[in-house]
Amino acid sequence: MNDVIIRRITKAYGEVTALRDISLTVSPGELFGLIGPDGAGKTTLFRILTTLILPDSGQATVCGLDTATDLKQIRRRVGYMPGRFSLYQDLSVEENLRFFATVFDTTVEDNYDLIRDIYVHIEPFRHRRAGKLSGGMKQKLALCCALVHRPDVLFLDEPTTGVDPVSRIEFWEMLGRLRRQGITILVSTPYMDEAARCDRIALMYAGQCLTVDTPQAICRSFGKPLYKVCSDRMYALLGDLRAYDGTLSCYAFGDSHHLTLREDRSGDTEALATYLGGKGHTGLRLTPIEAGIEDCFMAQGKEER
Amino acid sequence: MNVIETDCLSKQFGNFTAVDRISFTVARGEIFGFLGANGAGKTTAMRMLCGLSVPSSGRAVVAGCDIYREQERIKRHIGYMSQKFSLYNDLTVRENIRLFGGIYGLRGRQLADKAEELLRLLGLESERHTLVRSLPLGWKQKLAFSVAVIHEPEIVFLDEPTGGVDPATRRRFWELIYEAAARGITVFVTTHYMDEAEYCNRVSIMVDGRIEALDKPSALKSAFGAADMNEVFLAVTRGKGSE
Repeated sequence: MNDVIIRRITKAYGEVTALRDISLTVSPGELFGLIGPDGAGKTTLFRILTTLILPDSGQATVCGLDTATDLKQIRRRVGYMPGRFSLYQDLSVEENLRFFATVFDTTVEDNYDLIRDIYVHIEPFRHRRAGKLSGGMKQKLALCCALVHRPDVLFLDEPTTGVDPVSRIEFWEMLGRLRRQGITILVSTPYMDEAARCDRIALMYAGQCLTVDTPQAICRSFGKPLYKVCSDRMYALLGDLRAYDGTLSCYAFGDSHHLTLREDRSGDTEALATYLGGKGHTGLRLTPIEAGIEDCFMAQGKEER
Repeated sequence: MNVIETDCLSKQFGNFTAVDRISFTVARGEIFGFLGANGAGKTTAMRMLCGLSVPSSGRAVVAGCDIYREQERIKRHIGYMSQKFSLYNDLTVRENIRLFGGIYGLRGRQLADKAEELLRLLGLESERHTLVRSLPLGWKQKLAFSVAVIHEPEIVFLDEPTGGVDPATRRRFWELIYEAAARGITVFVTTHYMDEAEYCNRVSIMVDGRIEALDKPSALKSAFGAADMNEVFLAVTRGKGSE
């Protein structure tokens, strides 16, 4: 029995196809990530699963209920944190939380154990209006409001976009704790490094699912030797590596460049080192590495033209 | 030669100190990464440097202009781009270029020529009458950046310029940054992507209104015994969070 089943869903807005024949399943208790840039269709998928819009074709169920016909039952059983801050700006922190609890016929007290870990961070500001909170605090309040009726499935649309690296780590630690309490979580993010935190992920681009699997399996399926290359002149190195006739792909990755070689040339790193030496590179280091999710995403060749 | 010099620059809102005596310099043609947690004071500091907000105390000179007395002059010598707001969606590509070119002080023949040159360089000649709304996000960002440097400013301020785009497009955006820096335009950039911090010549990290670390990425990594800039960021900001 799956908590979320998506069967061949397509949705277009006028001439723009937001989702193209998407099929996915999410198991109970799973932390599932939708990973992809803006325009991948992540928000549209969330809006369909939370019964806010209907697909043009295809079908989806949440907790065994049909998103097209059982909307009232679904809305009681899911929590949704939209990408844009959607709480009442002129209500206080406490008032927002009580409002959402009341709407779902419950109380903050009855569910306090579930939100306590998160709420303690914003409790000192409980009389402050939501509109006056900082970005990180708004995010925590929105998560509390999405949780206060103890949903079976939690939908989080880009909760970490624009959030600094430390707050992002804290947020994922919170999600890990919720997952251990048995809540099924579907979360989207444009940050590829967050994919490793999920049980399974779907790599999405322009309305399509490129791959669905565990992050580890996706990384293993990269299928080509990958090298990390550094020298004393990193920007020149990028151009020289791209110009090399044995190069298949080369991308900047922070303090190094990630390189794959053409099949007939892979393994011949000595020829490459000689070539780079001839270009005047010193301090050259070439190390075989495991591929990450970002390597796998770019290897699909999906980018804007 | 420095294009930004600050000395004990501070900004207070009531009894809250958003920026607390920051002192640093940025050299011409440098790519300077301005990092920090949400709420650390980056935006407030950037608004002062752009001449949009008057400091409470301290000194700063931006592109040779005093930030108390020459705020309007500063604006003619800088460019600004943010992910959140950069272009008008309901104007065409060409209209956006002409609007921002005009705001940045280009006129008549000079503006018309520059607009044509930009359309050609970006490969957007056939899209000149397209509404910006319907351009892919990556193109919008390239156009927004090109518009921000249309008047060849001394400094361009980039506030989280790469949010939301795919990894390959994000990397191509950084190539534009390198080209601008090579032309002598100083780049002052904020980002939450720590791999992008590695592409900067120097990086500062703000915590609670102060600059807690400032150096080359390689020097910061060895000073903190960190494998990458993500670890440096965590080491500097953890336990000192502003919330």
